[in-house]
Amino acid sequence: MRGNFSKITKMFSASVVAAGLLMSAPARAADDTIKVGILHSLSGTMAISETTLKDAMLMLIEEQNAKGGLLGKKLEAVVVDPASNWPLFAEKARELISKDKVAAVFGCWTSVSRKSVLPVFSELDNILFYPVQYEGEESERNVFYTGAAPNQQAIPAVDYLMSEDGGSVKRWVLEGTDYVYPRTTNKILEAYLKAKGVAAEDIMVNYTPFGFSDWQTEVSAIKKFGSAGKKTAVVSTVNGDANVPFYKELGNQGIKAEDIPVMAFSVGEEELAGLDTAPLVGHLAAWNYFESVDTPENKKFIADWHKFIKNDKRTTNDPMEAHYIGFNMWVKAVEKAGTTDPDKVIDAMIGVSVPNLTGGYSTMMPNHHITKPVLIGEIQADGQFETVSQTPGLVMGDEWSDYLPDSKDLISDWRAPLSCGNFNVATGKCGGKGTN
Amino acid sequence: MILLRALGLTLLFLMASLLPSNAAEADLRAIIAKFATGTGFSATEAVVRELAATGDPAVERPLAALVEGNLYIRKADSAVFVGNESGDSVALLDPLSGEKSAEAAKADITKIKVNNGLRRVIRDALGTLTLRAKDPTVRIAAADTMLKTPDAANIEPLDAAIAAETDANVKALFEQARAASVLVSDRPEADKLAAVALIGARGDRDALSLLTSVEANSPGAVKDAATAAIGTINSSLALWDAAQNIWYGISLGSVLLLAAIGLAITFGVMGVINMAHGEMVMLGAYTTFVVQQVIRTSFPGLFDWSLVIALPLAFLVAALVGLIIERGVIRFLYGRPLETLLATWGVSLILQQAVRSIFGPTNQEVGNPSWMSGSVDIGQLAVTWNRLWILVFALGVFAVLLYVMKRTPWGLQMRAVTANRRMAASMGIRTPWVDALTFALGSGIAGIAGVALSQIDNVSPNLGRGYIIDSFMVVVFGGVGNLWGTLVGSFSLGIVNKFLEPYAGAVLGKIVVLVLIILFIQKRPRGLFALKGRAVEA
Repeated sequence: MRGNFSKITKMFSASVVAAGLLMSAPARAADDTIKVGILHSLSGTMAISETTLKDAMLMLIEEQNAKGGLLGKKLEAVVVDPASNWPLFAEKARELISKDKVAAVFGCWTSVSRKSVLPVFSELDNILFYPVQYEGEESERNVFYTGAAPNQQAIPAVDYLMSEDGGSVKRWVLEGTDYVYPRTTNKILEAYLKAKGVAAEDIMVNYTPFGFSDWQTEVSAIKKFGSAGKKTAVVSTVNGDANVPFYKELGNQGIKAEDIPVMAFSVGEEELAGLDTAPLVGHLAAWNYFESVDTPENKKFIADWHKFIKNDKRTTNDPMEAHYIGFNMWVKAVEKAGTTDPDKVIDAMIGVSVPNLTGGYSTMMPNHHITKPVLIGEIQADGQFETVSQTPGLVMGDEWSDYLPDSKDLISDWRAPLSCGNFNVATGKCGGKGTN
Repeated sequence: MILLRALGLTLLFLMASLLPSNAAEADLRAIIAKFATGTGFSATEAVVRELAATGDPAVERPLAALVEGNLYIRKADSAVFVGNESGDSVALLDPLSGEKSAEAAKADITKIKVNNGLRRVIRDALGTLTLRAKDPTVRIAAADTMLKTPDAANIEPLDAAIAAETDANVKALFEQARAASVLVSDRPEADKLAAVALIGARGDRDALSLLTSVEANSPGAVKDAATAAIGTINSSLALWDAAQNIWYGISLGSVLLLAAIGLAITFGVMGVINMAHGEMVMLGAYTTFVVQQVIRTSFPGLFDWSLVIALPLAFLVAALVGLIIERGVIRFLYGRPLETLLATWGVSLILQQAVRSIFGPTNQEVGNPSWMSGSVDIGQLAVTWNRLWILVFALGVFAVLLYVMKRTPWGLQMRAVTANRRMAASMGIRTPWVDALTFALGSGIAGIAGVALSQIDNVSPNLGRGYIIDSFMVVVFGGVGNLWGTLVGSFSLGIVNKFLEPYAGAVLGKIVVLVLIILFIQKRPRGLFALKGRAVEA
C-alpha cells in the first residue's frame, strides 16, 4: 500500500514538473515576438478578481495580433501565477523581467502586491501597468496607474451624496476592511468632510477584518447611527468577498437605499454577479466605467469579451477598462518610440491619448496617472449599474492628496528636467514624504 | 400594428365619449405624456409631482411602475408605457388601464431612469394615494412612509383616513403618522405635546429619529417633552440592545456550530488535524449552487424546495470526497499529526483549485428561498429569517449527530475505536472501516453545513478558508472529542464575540477572543469538557 502511495506521489510530482515545463514554454520561443507579462493571481484569495483581468489581457493581445501585431512583430503573452502571495509577486515579476525578457508587465490588484513589486521594477527598469483603483500617495517612474486615484472616485462620490440629487447627506458612516486602501481613503475622506464643515460626531468610522461574514452588529450599528434625524449615508471600502454577506444583511434588515444609501468603491458588476440584487436597488457605486454605459466602443468591447470568454453571461468591469486603456496607451507609446525599450517607452507614454469605453479620450499625465470621467451608478435589479451622475469633464488623477497634511505640498512630474515622483513645492526639493 | 393602434384609439375615443371620468383621464394621459419630453431627473420629478397633485388613485399604476424601473418610452412615437419584460422583448401595457397594447424589442424603447431622490418622492406620493387601499399591508406601508416623511399637508388626508379606518392596528399607525406631521406643522402647542406623547409611546428608532429633530427645532414645553420622551426611549432601547447582542451572539454561535460540528467528528473524535474541512463546507455550498441551477432551468416551481433537495446531495458529495481522502491519504498517516496537517492542507489547495477550474473563480449566486428572506420584528429586535432557520437547522443537525453517536451501534463502534483502538480491534470491530465511515460522516456533516452557509456567505472557492480557524477554535475550546463541548463552545464564543464587537470593533474583538481562548487553554488544556479515556491519556 505504501508503495502505491509513493507511486501516486511520483506521478503527481511528474505532472507538476510537466505543468511547469508547459508554463515556461513561451520563454524559449523565437525572438521575433514582443513579450508582454501578465502578473495576476490565478489561485488563492485574489483569483476571484484577478483571473478576469488575465483573460481580458489575453483578449487584448489576441486582438492586437489580429490587427498585425506591434512594430511588425507578434505580441506574446507570458502568464505567471503569483497565487495571491505578496512576496511571490516580487519573485514572479523578477522572473518575467530577467528570464522572459518581457517589454512590459500588466498586473497586480491589491496595494500590498504593488508595493511588493515596486523595488523589482525600479531595479530592473521595466514598466508596470496597475489597473485598480487605489489609495494614492504614490508615484513611481516605472509604474503607470490606470485605475482611479482617490480624487477620481472617492471625492466625487462624496460630493454626489452631499448634493441635492444624492440626498443632501449630513451624517457619514465610513465602513471599510482593515487594510491600507480603506484606511488611507477614509483618512482622506474624513479630512475632506471636515473641511466641508461636517462635525466629528457626524462621522462614524468602522473597520472589519478581511473576509468578514457576520455583519449583524455592524448593520444594526449603521441603523442606529442613521436614526439621529439627519440624512445618513454609508461610504463603503469593504473589500471583495466580505461584500456579499454585507449586502445580504442590509437587505434582510430592511435598510433601503432611499433611507440609508451605501456608496461602494470596491463593488462592481463582478461582485454583484454572486448576489440577488433586487433588495439592493438604489445602492450606489462610484467607478470610471460601468458595463451599462451606452457607447459603440463599449458595445464592441462587451461583444468581443463574450466571444473571447465563450460565455455571454460574464460581466465586464472597471479594472478591465483600465487594462484596455493601459494596453492601448502602451501600444501607442511603443509605436511612437519605435522601440520597446522601457526607458524610451516611459518617456513616450506621457501625453499619449487613447479612447476609453465611456465615449471620451483618456490621456496619460506627467504624474503617471490618467484622466477619466467619474460615474456614479445605482444598482439595478438585473445586477447592472445605471449611471445617475457623471462628472461634466475628465478628472485628472491626483496622486498626492490635497487633504492630507503630509502630502498636500507634494506633486509628481516625470518629465525632464524635474523627473520626480514626490517633489515638495514648499521646500523646492525632490524627496518629500507621503503618508505611506 | 397600425391597425391595432387605430383600433385602440377608436376604443379610447368611444370610452372617452361614454364614461364620465373621461376628462380626468385625458388630463392624466397628457401629464403622463410629459415623461417623454423632459430630460433628467428634475424633469421627471416635476411630472411625478404633477401626477401626485391630481390625487387620482389611477396614477398609482404608472408611479409604481416608474419606481420599479418599468416605465418605458417608445422611441418611435414617444408614447409612454408600462413594460413587462420577458426575454428580449417587452410587453407594453397601457399606463392607466394596464391592458396590453403592444410588444416591442428592448432596443426600441428607453427606460425612464429613477434615482434615490426620485424614488423617495414617488414613495411619498404613493403613500398619500394608498391610504385607502383595500389591502391592509399596503395601508400599513403608506402609514410607515408618512411617518418617516412628516409634512403638514399630510394631516388632512390622514384625518380623513383615520375617520374611515376600521382596522385598529392600522388606525393606530395612521394616528402616529398624523402625530409626526403635527410636529412639523404650525398647530398649537397642546396638539404638539399630545403628538410627542403618541410618538414617544411608539418607542422605536423611527420615533427616536423624529423626536431628535423635534428636540432640535422646537422651543419651550415641546422641547422638554421631546427630551423626556427621548430619555425613556433610550433607556428601553438599551435593554433591547442587550437582547439584540444575545440574539446576534446565538446566531453567530449557530454558524460556528455548523462549521465546527463536522470537525468535532474528524478532529475531535478521530484526532485527524483536517485542514481540508473548510473545503468540505465549500463543496456542500457548490452542490447547493448546482441544484439551484438545475431547478432554475428545468423545474422553476421547485425553487423554494431547493435547499431541502440539496441537503442529502451535499451530504453525499462531501461524504464521498471525505471517504476518498481518508482511503487515499489520511489512513497512511494515522499517528503522524504533522504530516496529516501538511497532507490535508495540500488536499484543501487541490480541492480549491479544482472548484476554481470547474466553476470559475468568481462568486456564484445562490438564491434565498422566499421562506428564508426578510425579517420579523419582535419588539425592537429584528430577527432575520435566514439566521433563525440556520439556528434551528444547526440544533437539528446537532441532535441527529448526538443520536447517531450515542444510540446507534455504529456510534458505539466509533466511540470504542476512539477510546481504545487496539482493544476495539480485538473485540472484532473493523477499525479501518470505522475510521473511513467516521471521516465520511464528519465530511458529510460539513457538506450540509455548506448548504446553510451558502445562504449567508459567498459561494466562492475561498468559502472554506473563512471557517477553518474558527472551527478549530471552537473544537479546541469546547473540548476535543466532546459534542456537547462543541455546542457550548460555539455559543459562548458567539455571544462573547458579539458583546465585544460594539465596544472593541470587529477587528479588536476577534483578537480579544483569541487571547481569551489562549489563556483559557493554558488553564484547562483539554478545553471546557475534557474527554476521559485511555487513548486520551496515552
